[in-house]
Amino acid sequence: MKIHEYQAKEIFRRFGVPTPRGEMVTTPEQARAVAQKLGTPVVVVKAQIHAGGRGKGGGVKLARSADEAQQLASKILGMNLITPQTGPGGRIVRRLLIEEGLDIKRELYLSILIDRAVEAPVIMASAAGGMEIEEVAHSNPEAILKETIRPAVGLQPYQVRKLAFGLGLSADLIGVATPFFQALYRAFLETDASLVEINPLVVTGDGRLIALDAKVNFDDNALYRHKDLAELRDLDEEEPLEVEASKYKLNYIKLDGTVGCMVNGAGLAMATMDIIKLAGGSPANFLDVGGGASADQVKSAFKILMSDSAVRGVFINVFGGILRCDVLATGVVNAARDLGLKLPVVVRMEGTNVEQGRQILRDSGLNFTIAEGMKDGADKVVRLAGGAQ
Amino acid sequence: MSVLINERTKVIVQGLTGREGSFHAQQMVAYGSKVVAGVTPGKGGTLHNEIPVFDTVAEAAKVTHADASIIFVPPPYAADAVLEAIDAQIPLVVCITEGIPTIDMVRVAAALRGSATRLIGPNCPGIISPGKCKMGIMPGQIHKAGNVGVVSRSGTLTYEAVGQLTHLGIGQSTCIGIGGDPIIGTSFLDAVRLFNEDPDTHAIVMIGEIGGNAEQQAAEYIGANVRKPVVGFVAGQTAPPGRRMGHAGAIISGGTGTAKEKYEVMAKAGIHCIASPADIGQAIAAELRKPATR
Repeated sequence: MKIHEYQAKEIFRRFGVPTPRGEMVTTPEQARAVAQKLGTPVVVVKAQIHAGGRGKGGGVKLARSADEAQQLASKILGMNLITPQTGPGGRIVRRLLIEEGLDIKRELYLSILIDRAVEAPVIMASAAGGMEIEEVAHSNPEAILKETIRPAVGLQPYQVRKLAFGLGLSADLIGVATPFFQALYRAFLETDASLVEINPLVVTGDGRLIALDAKVNFDDNALYRHKDLAELRDLDEEEPLEVEASKYKLNYIKLDGTVGCMVNGAGLAMATMDIIKLAGGSPANFLDVGGGASADQVKSAFKILMSDSAVRGVFINVFGGILRCDVLATGVVNAARDLGLKLPVVVRMEGTNVEQGRQILRDSGLNFTIAEGMKDGADKVVRLAGGAQ
Repeated sequence: MSVLINERTKVIVQGLTGREGSFHAQQMVAYGSKVVAGVTPGKGGTLHNEIPVFDTVAEAAKVTHADASIIFVPPPYAADAVLEAIDAQIPLVVCITEGIPTIDMVRVAAALRGSATRLIGPNCPGIISPGKCKMGIMPGQIHKAGNVGVVSRSGTLTYEAVGQLTHLGIGQSTCIGIGGDPIIGTSFLDAVRLFNEDPDTHAIVMIGEIGGNAEQQAAEYIGANVRKPVVGFVAGQTAPPGRRMGHAGAIISGGTGTAKEKYEVMAKAGIHCIASPADIGQAIAAELRKPATR
């Protein structure tokens, strides 16, 4: 789960990671009041959306007075911010973070994430602050410093020293870096984060280390033990159909094609998208109804596919294991009766109770197209959805 | 022969009395697996569907001399269940549970190092040696005993591959679902190595997906060491970057972990790569018709 920068900074402060002073606002008047309260010669007005590259899209501006902060806020609030990470659709800005301006001497990069190769958290640092870490990894991989954190031992001071000296920090800043980095590790661990990232981490003129930016992603699997963090979810930042799907515990991701798909199992769902592409079509979504879906969940999934206006045809591809084909067929027939069958629907079923499932589809009197195998199903649905593109 | 499990494997079911554990234990027994004990804390000394229940894994292992355990325990308690099985020195542990927090698996991975246990999963369908033993949730009837080893990160996509093989009359030695999470006990490399060393496995199917570099590691080993034919497929060729595609491990981050990158390394290692998931069975059939050249 993603959260906003201002929320990530609140978490940082709770664990003792220094951040600039600032407050989240939703109106230009509040922006003015916060700028006045901060009282620094420069304040920063930052759009809060769940995507990086905000500066490039015009979502981060400097204001030299409270008046200017208010003016900038009224311009940015409500704008459709397009950044390299939002896609061409952009995101509407609904919240701003107003922060004090700082005297910045150096910009660094710092993050903690789980490295699946070593099966442990790693802390990564680079002197190239402000640059995307993927870009640094590509162009100058030796510029990235890494320390593996053994979970039973934790992040040790010698590891912080290795990183800090590697970044070229002066000896007096090492004493500042140790509690800073260790606090960040505590924040990572205790919130069950999958990523904490500070880009840039800045050294100020008066010798402080400050998290100028903050990004925190949580491990969705661990949210059950963090009810307070789960409440930070911002539904405005998510695709409405994905929000709807999550209510029924369906794994749905909206894509930009025209063939809706409903599949059981994540691997088979990805493979189904791939075979639609090979057949000349393009998938409208990823949808995994899960291993043990009920007829009700299948029905909800079908509704979600039907409410995507880009969908021209639907491909249901199920290999029945725990999810029996008769349960699936019942759910699909119920949904089609409720909503009407306005689009061509191709069904491919295999596995447990497949004959009963096919019988239920045939007996329904509804116009389903039954396919033999994945390839046949993909070819049929692409043809019915208007042919190859 | 088969790898890891056979007709003599004695299995403990952790979480036997829960809904999932109860149902799948019965399915496993019906398939012919030797389920010798269940573990549910607080229900020790009782029988559940004629299977004796113990309070701890250590006690169950001591009494029954079991050599494997399968875990159907909800996510908040699953890592603890794996740690308990490691502590009891169970040689093979299969964890079906989906949704275990990653940091919990970091601790499990640390406990596995230097232990007597091999873990399969979590978030996996389990393992089956057709006709001999099933430790998992896969539909047993689609399998057929034979000489193809199947290893996959996915559940239903494995069934798809097995279904195609069986339909063509090609049987399987063992099918291993290694699981869709970022941190898992048995990697592609481990499974491929087991299949390579098994004289009764004549060909290998490897079904990967986007995310991480486990497929590439296995491919490098295959290129250097494996003379048996290998057919490879990677799911997620059309997946958008940065999105988690159902499986927690299926995410392309920073342009790495893509299907394209995996296919390139796999092809270079001499793996018969296929773009369509519908071609898995035919590709193996074609490989088995060829004289042994690799």
